[in-house]
Amino acid sequence: MSDYLVRHAQVFLSSVGQLVRSPGSSLLTVLAIGITLALPTLLYLLVENVQNVTRTWQGRAQISVFLQLDTTNEAARALQDVLAARPEIESSRLITAQQALEEFKNQSGFGAAMDILSDNPLPASILLHLKTGHDQPELIENLVRELEANPEVDLAQWDMAWIKRLHIILRLVQRSVLILAALLVLAVIIIISNTIRLAIMNRRDEIEIMKLIGATDSFIRRPFLYGGVLQGLLGALCAGAIVSACVGLLQDPIGELVSLYHGDFSTTGLDPRSFFTLLLAGSALGWLAARAAVGRYLGQIEPA
Amino acid sequence: MIRFAQVTKRYESGHEALKSVSFVLDRQEMAFLIGRSGAGKSTLLKLITRVEKTTRGQLIVNDKNITRLSSRQIPFLRREIGVVFQDHKLLYDQTVFDNVALPLVVAGIGHREASRRVRAALDKVDLLNKERLYPIMLSGGEQQRVGIARAVVNRPVVLLADEPTGNLDPQLSDEIMDIFHQFNEFGVTVLIATHEHRHIDRLRKRVLELEQGRLIRGGEGMED
Ligand SMILES: Nc1ncnc2c1ncn2[C@@H]1O[C@H](COP(=O)(O)OP(=O)(O)OP(=O)(O)O)[C@@H](O)[C@H]1O
Ligand SMILES: [Mg+2]
Repeated sequence: MSDYLVRHAQVFLSSVGQLVRSPGSSLLTVLAIGITLALPTLLYLLVENVQNVTRTWQGRAQISVFLQLDTTNEAARALQDVLAARPEIESSRLITAQQALEEFKNQSGFGAAMDILSDNPLPASILLHLKTGHDQPELIENLVRELEANPEVDLAQWDMAWIKRLHIILRLVQRSVLILAALLVLAVIIIISNTIRLAIMNRRDEIEIMKLIGATDSFIRRPFLYGGVLQGLLGALCAGAIVSACVGLLQDPIGELVSLYHGDFSTTGLDPRSFFTLLLAGSALGWLAARAAVGRYLGQIEPA
Repeated sequence: MIRFAQVTKRYESGHEALKSVSFVLDRQEMAFLIGRSGAGKSTLLKLITRVEKTTRGQLIVNDKNITRLSSRQIPFLRREIGVVFQDHKLLYDQTVFDNVALPLVVAGIGHREASRRVRAALDKVDLLNKERLYPIMLSGGEQQRVGIARAVVNRPVVLLADEPTGNLDPQLSDEIMDIFHQFNEFGVTVLIATHEHRHIDRLRKRVLELEQGRLIRGGEGMED
């Protein structure tokens, strides 16, 4: 068992040795992989951050429930209590007909004109703030329909258009990121499998000799697989560095922009978990790419 | 140890390099394989290590019929056979020590045991003091001795050599052949393809002669 580990370690070190022996081209490959992996990672962070921002906005998503004109204050208050008890409601505020009138007088400047009217033309209303998690357009629309079924309710309104639009745009961006990520992942596989193919071709004579002295295919395959994993891993490390640098450069301007909109949100960079996932993905891609190259080209080399 | 029973080898080009060759090489025997260029000497050796596949007939090596061998089993056949090549086939980016150790690494033999065996093999070819050098720093004769050390390090029961002295001057050539002779006296079965009839006269070993793919001397039921 320990022999087995030692042998693996030897092979691994010799893969490192190969990288070190041709540092120029290896460095370029790792850099290319790094940049290619950094792009989808950055886009992922972008989507993540935009989602965070919209989450804080949607927290303020609200429904205005206008009551029938003949609703008494007591009935309105009772209804408010019922609505506030619903699970999707974060908070509620009752605006009685009198309060509505006062507000209108103060804000519109039509105060004197309103005095002429004997009856208050404004209805009482209840403002409902939704909890996050209950703010998807479909859920809100259902809620609005339910509210309007209530006999005291004249009209329930929410600003549907922009939330809906935002959700659609987000979904679009998410899907584009996925497509782009798939393409870039393919690019990484092509880059790595090509370098492994070149490595195999360069070591043609050596591979023939190894086969002649009784090396099994899996023994010969091993250093190339390690080489692929190593390149993927180093590429992912490189991508992590690029992403961190980009986030660092963008942090301040984004902070300024957000503070203009009174946002209380901070940009999230690569947290340890995402970073680990990135490394894992890089290694897995390297392994896949090396397997593809090895499966294709190693079999072609036979001693003659 | 090695038994050819009416072995024919036809290359994909259609050329028949060996035609119904039959002979037996006993355990601990040593023989020279001779014949003009193109007679089929290399082809015969390649069949034994399964670098080429027999077209017809049966081939038995070390009590195993290798006529039908899956590609999975080929490495294990080759570990039982030591081969020395005319062009050495050394790894030039590895030291003499590492080159000789290669068959042991490949066979998964532990580091301590491998070091011991590598030193023993290098000692037998008198190269112990050059183990840290790279093959490029050695003369042709020394490189060939590295090749021999690598061929015997895993203690094969059969040792094959394809013109191992091809590029060497007569004195070096004799030295190399003497090394093979020594291994034979230690009990290894040896088969050497060569052009140099001098060795045959000198060492007085069995001779197998090929002519255009036919065995014309040393085969079953033939006299020498
Ligand atoms: N891979 C191949 N494909 C087709 N024909 C081949 C192949 N290898 C060898 N031959 C032919 O088979 C015949 C025997 O070749 P082989 O190499 O066994 O001869 P040899 O006795 O070793 O000659 P030499 O003394 O020159 O090394 C030759 O005519 C050669 O052209
Ligand atoms: Mg030949």
